[in-house]
Amino acid sequence: MENEPVVQVKGLVKRYGTKTAVNGLDLVVATGAVTAVLGPNGAGKTTTIETCEGYRRPDAGTVRVLGLDPVADAERLRPRVGVMLQSGGVYSGARADEMLRHMAKLHAHPLDVDALIERLGLADCGRTTYRRLSGGQQQRLSLAMAVVGRPELVFLDEPTAGLDPQARRSTWDLVRELRADGVSVVLTTHFMDEAEALADDVAIIDAGRVIARGSPEQLCRGGAENTLRFTGRPGLDLGSLVKALPDGSGAAEPLPGTYRITGSVDPQLLATVTSWCAQHDVMPEGISVERHTLEDVFLELTGKELRA
Amino acid sequence: MSAGTYTPRPGAAPLPRMIAAQTALETRMLLRNGEQLLLTVIIPTLLLVLFSAVDIVDTGSGASVDFLAPGILALAVMSTAFTGQAIATGFERRYGVLKRLAASPLPRWALMTAKTLSVLVTEVLQIVLLTAIALALGWSPEGNPLSVLLLLVLGTAAFSGLGLLMAGTLKAEATLAAANLVFLLLLVGGGVIVPLDKFPDAAQSVLGLLPVSALSEGLRDVLQHGASMPWAEAGILAVWAVLGLGAAAKFFRWE
Ligand SMILES: Nc1ncnc2c1ncn2[C@@H]1O[C@H](COP(=O)(O)OP(=O)(O)OP(=O)(O)O)[C@@H](O)[C@H]1O
Ligand SMILES: [Mg+2]
Repeated sequence: MENEPVVQVKGLVKRYGTKTAVNGLDLVVATGAVTAVLGPNGAGKTTTIETCEGYRRPDAGTVRVLGLDPVADAERLRPRVGVMLQSGGVYSGARADEMLRHMAKLHAHPLDVDALIERLGLADCGRTTYRRLSGGQQQRLSLAMAVVGRPELVFLDEPTAGLDPQARRSTWDLVRELRADGVSVVLTTHFMDEAEALADDVAIIDAGRVIARGSPEQLCRGGAENTLRFTGRPGLDLGSLVKALPDGSGAAEPLPGTYRITGSVDPQLLATVTSWCAQHDVMPEGISVERHTLEDVFLELTGKELRA
Repeated sequence: MSAGTYTPRPGAAPLPRMIAAQTALETRMLLRNGEQLLLTVIIPTLLLVLFSAVDIVDTGSGASVDFLAPGILALAVMSTAFTGQAIATGFERRYGVLKRLAASPLPRWALMTAKTLSVLVTEVLQIVLLTAIALALGWSPEGNPLSVLLLLVLGTAAFSGLGLLMAGTLKAEATLAAANLVFLLLLVGGGVIVPLDKFPDAAQSVLGLLPVSALSEGLRDVLQHGASMPWAEAGILAVWAVLGLGAAAKFFRWE
């Protein structure tokens, strides 16, 4: 049963009154992997995750977490699943270490709290109570609370929102360590670089549905093609270049002296282009490869206009 | 932290340990909160000392502390089980604390048990303090301690139900305002420091049905007049407890 997915969502529908927040969503999370859920504000990420956490009952569809029903089997699931809410979750008068120690006491084999405090840079919170902690400190405490019970699976809803670059890198490292130690991780994020850096699998959701999924590499490859640009003498005969390039590539001169090669841009293609230039005595000035990032793919799929 | 640190090893702690930890945390949160202390300790203490020393209100025959102490004990129970619990729980709900705990291994009933225990611990501290002060002021309590205990437990149940009902249905700010207002109104109109027979007859019969009146009058029957068990007052409290806890169980929203 090693390869049974840790989370399996089929045809999930969730409505709030007349508003449909999740609309027929399918999601499979592989055991031991890091899965990133991306999507514009209001896409239904939190609703989906909270349904997996057992907070909401699906209006239609099925949700299985570690093979169990998050609502009916809540009691059995809770010790096994770590939860980081998008916000809040701590007594406003509690100190960081106090709250973390408390969460540890609710578990049978918790992590070493002092080491975790050190690891997440919470030591300097000292005697400050939660409501006076900085946004980033609150966020890191919430992350610590999700992992302190040594869960098999953690749901992290925007774990790096509001973190400074150091704290973000340190959170990334923690996610990698969790993965290395065999914890399955589901996280939501608005940072494409984060998904590219961490995720084995990405699901892009929009208006309550998954509109694309795959590894970051697959998604970047699958989206728009990559582009190579250079400038040179105007009016070059591109016919011989296109013949030399692999099938499916194209070459154009959108402005006089500006050349654009499209296709699967790899070192081989780059070599072909430069040697063609050499043969034609062209100095390819400003040659550059535009790699499509997950952000390009994301914007292409979800559109550029702001969401409600 | 070294490799293998996070290797999954899930499991809930034993229930007694979870409940003890939760009770300790809830109690610490309560005792750390300045406004809560004002409500649960400072106001009852001041009222007891002030009204025993100065004859502002005509409390009938006998030492005024003998009239006041039972009322102040009722007030203490109300301040913790109703006002304090309503406000604290309302804000815990608002800040997602209840939501987050719902995802922890602590079952909901265990959380509610811990909240009740924390209320009881606080009440014990209040009662010890207020009793000591009252005795120093010359209080001479009578009656059966077991009757007193039963009344206090029934009162706690009645006030907890009403407090949780409020916390679980209203917005946190509304709970804050309403719980304080109710505290003030019941302080004046619930036989705590002003004897109920100072009110017009019609008002008296209605006011007598309030939980705080039932508790303060019941405690007074025992502690001041040596009655064995004031069943009418105990009955009123029991009805409030059933109604309040029942409605709270039905209407409480965790988010
Ligand atoms: N409790 C609720 N009651 C009513 N509507 C809700 C509720 N929670 C969410 N919604 C609505 O459902 C939709 C999906 O919300 P959700 O929080 O799942 O989005 P999200 O993808 O997590 O967004 P974000 O990136 O802003 O966190 C939104 O339109 C939101 O307004
Ligand atoms: Mg969200």
